[in-house]
Order: sequence, then structure tokens, then C-alpha cells
Amino acid sequence: MRKSSIYLLYVAANVIILCLVFIHAAYMRGAATDMLTEKSEMVKRFELTDLCLFTDARYARHLSMADMNSAFQDMPMAFEHFPSGSIMLPPPHIKRAHGTY
Amino acid sequence: MGRIEAQRNILDFTLSSLLRRKGKNSALVIVYTLVVFLLASVMFFTHSIRKEASLVLRDAPEIVVQKLVAGRQDLIPLDYIDKIKDIKGVSSIKGRLWGYYFDAAIGANYTLMVPPDAQISQGSVEIGDGISKSRQVYQGDLLTLRAYNGEAMLYQIERIFSAESALVSADLILMDENDFRNLFQFPVGQVTDLTLKVRNPREMTTIAQKISEILPGTRPIIRDEILRTYDSIFNWRAGILIVILFVAVLCFIIFAWDKASGLSAEERREIGILKAIGWETSDVILMKFWEGLVVSLSSFLLGIVLAYLHVFFTSSILFEPVLKGWSVLYPEFKLVPFIDAYQVATLFFLTVMPYAVATIVPAWRAATVDPDSVMRA
Amino acid sequence: MIELRDIRKVFNMGKPNEFVAVEGVSLAIVPLQVTILKGPSGSGKTTLLSILGCMTRPTSGRIVLHDREITSLPERFLTEIRRNTFGFIFQQFNLIKGITALENVMVAAYPGGEKHSLLKQRAIALLDVFNLGHKASSKIEWLSGGEAQRVAIARALINDPDVIIADEPTAHLDSKLSGEFMETMRRLKNEGRTILIASHDPVVYASDLADRVIEMRDGSIVCSPVVS
Repeated sequence: MRKSSIYLLYVAANVIILCLVFIHAAYMRGAATDMLTEKSEMVKRFELTDLCLFTDARYARHLSMADMNSAFQDMPMAFEHFPSGSIMLPPPHIKRAHGTY
Repeated sequence: MGRIEAQRNILDFTLSSLLRRKGKNSALVIVYTLVVFLLASVMFFTHSIRKEASLVLRDAPEIVVQKLVAGRQDLIPLDYIDKIKDIKGVSSIKGRLWGYYFDAAIGANYTLMVPPDAQISQGSVEIGDGISKSRQVYQGDLLTLRAYNGEAMLYQIERIFSAESALVSADLILMDENDFRNLFQFPVGQVTDLTLKVRNPREMTTIAQKISEILPGTRPIIRDEILRTYDSIFNWRAGILIVILFVAVLCFIIFAWDKASGLSAEERREIGILKAIGWETSDVILMKFWEGLVVSLSSFLLGIVLAYLHVFFTSSILFEPVLKGWSVLYPEFKLVPFIDAYQVATLFFLTVMPYAVATIVPAWRAATVDPDSVMRA
Repeated sequence: MIELRDIRKVFNMGKPNEFVAVEGVSLAIVPLQVTILKGPSGSGKTTLLSILGCMTRPTSGRIVLHDREITSLPERFLTEIRRNTFGFIFQQFNLIKGITALENVMVAAYPGGEKHSLLKQRAIALLDVFNLGHKASSKIEWLSGGEAQRVAIARALINDPDVIIADEPTAHLDSKLSGEFMETMRRLKNEGRTILIASHDPVVYASDLADRVIEMRDGSIVCSPVVS
């Protein structure tokens, strides 16, 4: 078989798979509506403020509730929680004005 | 028709040409694919979490008021409520009781909360799926927690939150207010923070300002800020992501450099031959363009598909060591695929186009050579 | 069929290593004949061959092909004309390494946009004519000198050109292979093609196949009798 045919088939196959990916994603989004509703209901009912992404430190667990010092824990030389501390920046409202108005 | 056939012929030659250096070009495709895979995985992951956060946290508390003492979050007295309940626009204020519990048995941190609608009966708890799995306790079992003084407190597990809701509830324990206060020796008349409902969401900032004035030493946090926290999560400026991005950019520079630093004498000679046997300058340029595109397009397509499978079918398994960190309780990131074509297109233009261009530019000069030059080689 | 009028070719014009390769050459190539350009190296015969085959433009002078002046045609048209009119056999063969003999032959016809399967058939048929059918899928590096030259000739023929141009074709060949080469040229002439060869090898210029020998020295023609 011609080399260019093989290559073009490969590209075509991948493009088809990519289309399938988008279709799959759209389908999953539709199927997830119930789950998302369940979660937002919980947020509303229990008055939650953060997603449970990192449970290794207080300021990582409740990022939006963190204040400028919580990353220091009890003293400035306390261990940084790695790597969650290096993946998340301080929330914008802290950086801007230390959370004041 | 002739033009298309000519293009395919040129592509045939380009592929033969690439196959001559099978080892080098295979390695190139593999590394290129890995880099695209990494970038696309990060892109899919962060975008999905951000989108989900924006949807799920839509109804988070409108205003949360914290008390700060000596730079640390302190408990807030319930009688602060009287001071701010008359602010115009405030429709209700409640105290919120929540905190952290460190479980020495497995070294995990839990978030303990008293739900505002006081639905939990004394002696019972509702716990998150993550806790259930880590502690191996199930509905109907007893959960033991150690109180502030070391006393063992037992609670009946009434309900376990679904695994699907893990992103908000994996480490959650909901309990009755009295149980909570007893467990932590939490002083009466004080709460962790206050939550406010306002009549007009657009007034949030104004009301927050008034609260700061009336209660200095407190810190209001409004819902917009909560949402914006998650809009910028995993921002590219965050430590590890800078490293990833840097490495990716470096890789692409190396690939492009290899091409753009000019053609070898061998390549130049070959272009001369092609011109001598009847290829036009444009044919040669096209061949070089295909050379770049074949590698970058193949890698891109493969990398994107693999990234999708990685993030949405294996719950980002390769990122787990990075995301888990020191945590013991780790939510399985079963994310909803919030992907959009715009992102994929951006990644395409950032990864495929520069490489294809880097391949053409040095060839331009060589391609315009007089075919006669091979006669006198 | 091809007419050169007062051709002058200067290389590296304006630079310190400027040199005049061809000076004041006027020449008419008669169709269906075998014309030999004879002369020592540096005489300009390779350059003249190159100009005749439209591989390079003269610095001054005019070229007329089939009664049509092509001196200042844009590259695109010139390339197409060259591809369809001329078949080149280079001194160094100039085959592309790392690909097969078959593909080497086909590459010369790729820009023409011919249907691939047809092209492949013609290329294989050509290789068969030169007894190279069994070597079609061999990489060029694995062929002997004689085989490589035959591939080069096959490549020159793939576009069915009217004119075959060969530059010092016997330079890397022994007597036997040189003789075989001349026989191939005879066959091509009988097929109705015009042959131009540049050579300082007596096997070529003293051959009975030569209809005309043009002698060159220092970029000019010194003698161009017609050998009958």
C-alpha cells in the first residue's frame, strides 16, 4: 500500500477518534448532570465553600477560606505542604488586599 | 486532480525520506507525543476542575465572616450577629460550626461540620466516601473519634455520601451540634464563622465593606471570591506547572532548533538533485513542510487522544503522586469531560505550526538553488 | 531544435572569484542526432550542457527551444519544460540515497501529478528494459556502479523526454560498461531521441554513434565539424 495512503489513513483514523472524543465528552457531560446537581445541592445544604482536592493542610483543603498566614502554620519555618502548595497559588482575593475591603 | 496527485506523490517521497532515519524520527515522534500528552492532560484536568467548581459552588454561602486574631483565624462570637443583622440588604445570618479532625489511626485529616439545617440526630454521623474507604467503615457501623481529651467517642454511621460526590464530600463528617461542641470542647456562644444571605447578590461587596467597618478584626469573604479562587486554580504560574511548561517549551525549542539550524550538506545536495530532475522550488518547499507536518501532526493527534483517555478514563493516574502530596485521603478525580475545541485548537497552533514552520524556513534558501549546482558538485 | 545565440555565462559575478565559464557560444542542436561536447575539464562543456538543458540561465544571450524563446521564462514554466523535454544523466549519477531504485526512478515524475499506479507500472517497465526489474525494491546503496548508472538512465527516461543529456557518463565505468552505455545510447537514438553527451573519453567521442563532435576550450567552441 502506498505510504501516503497509510499516513492519510492514520490521520483520518485519529481525526475520527478525536471526533468520537468530543462526542463522548458531550455525552458524559449530559450524563453527569445528576451528579453535578447532587454536588451543588450538597454545597447549598451544608454551606460548603471548597472542593475537597487536597487534604494535607488546612489552607489546601479550604483554599478560599485561607488567610495570608495559614500557609505558615504555627511558625514561618514550618514545612511547606508539597506539592499541593506548589500547585496552588494564593486565591486572588488574598493576593490583592490580604482579604480586606 | 493532477495537483492532488502531485501532492500525494510529494508526501510519498517525504515519508520515504523520513523512514530513512527510522530511529531518530521515531524517537522524535515519541518525545513529541509525550510532550503534547503532558500539556493536553494538564489542560483537560485543570479546565474540567475549574468548570466543575464554577458549577458546583454556584450556591456556596454568599458571605462568610471570619475573625482574625494576631493574623490567625479565631472563633467568632455569636453575638456579632446582632451587630450586623441590621445592615441593609442582609436577609439572614447564621453561625457555622466546622473544623478539622486529625485521625491519628491513619494519619488523615477530616473536615467536621454541623449542617445548618440540624438534620443529624445526636450520636449519629454522615461521612464521606473517602473516609469510609480509608477507615473501612460502612453504613450502620460505629465510627470512633478521639475527643480533645483523648476520650473515645462513638458515633453511628447513618449515611455514606456517594462516591460521585467525592469532589465535595470525600473527607466530610457531618454531626450534631452538641456532639461537635463536646468533641472539641468548643466554647458555647462561639462558632467557627458566620454565613450571610443577602437579598441582592450585587450588593455583596457593599455589604462586606460595611461588615468590615462595623466589625474590625473580621474578614468577610464573598461568593464571587470563592468562585474566583477556583477559576485560577492550577494557574500556570503555580510552581510545578511552571516547570512542566518550561520543560515543554524547551522540548519544542530543541525540536525546532534541530530543523531550523539549517540543512546538512547531504540535505542540500538532495534538494539540488530534486531540482535538477524537475522539481520546482514550490515542490521542494512543500516537501519540507510535509516533513514537519507529518511528525508534528502525528504526535499531536496521538498525544491529545492519549491525554483524554488519561484524564477521563484513568482519573489522571499519572498525576496522582503529584496531587496526593502528603494527603492520606485522596479523592479519585473522576472528572466530567469539560473540554472545548478552542483549547484543542490553541494547543494545535502552539505545537504543530511552529514546528512545521521551523522546518520550512531553513529549506527556503536551499530550495531556490540553481539546479545546475549539482552538476558541479 | 535547440538554438543558442551568443551565450555567455559568468559565475560569482561581481565577487572576487568571478569567472567566465562560457563565452560567445552560438550553436544549433540538430534533432535526432548524437552531439558530443569534447574538451578538457574547465573547458565549459558541463556549463554548456547545463544551459542547453535549461538547468541554468545564461548571463547573456538567447536560447530558443522548438522555435520558442525560453531565455526569460519564469521558473515554473521552465521547470515543466525541462522536466518534459530533457532527461539528465549526471556524472555522479546523483541518485537519492536511502530509497529504492524504483522510487528513485519515480521521483523525477512526481511533480507531474500522474496517477501513482500508472507511474509505478511505467517505472517497473523501464527498469525491466535495463534488466533491473529484480532490483526495483533494493536501496540504491546496494547497487553496483553499472546498475546505479542504469537506474540513472531509467530515471532520465521516465518522463519520456525528447532529449537525453549525459555528463561524462563513462567517467566511472570500465570499458565493458562504457561499451554497454554507448549501446544504450544507440538504442535511444533509434527510438527517436536526440542525444547530447559531454565527454573527454575517446570511447564516446570517437564512437561511430557520434553524429557531431563540438570541441571546446576555455569556454568557447574551437571546432565543430559535422562527422558523417
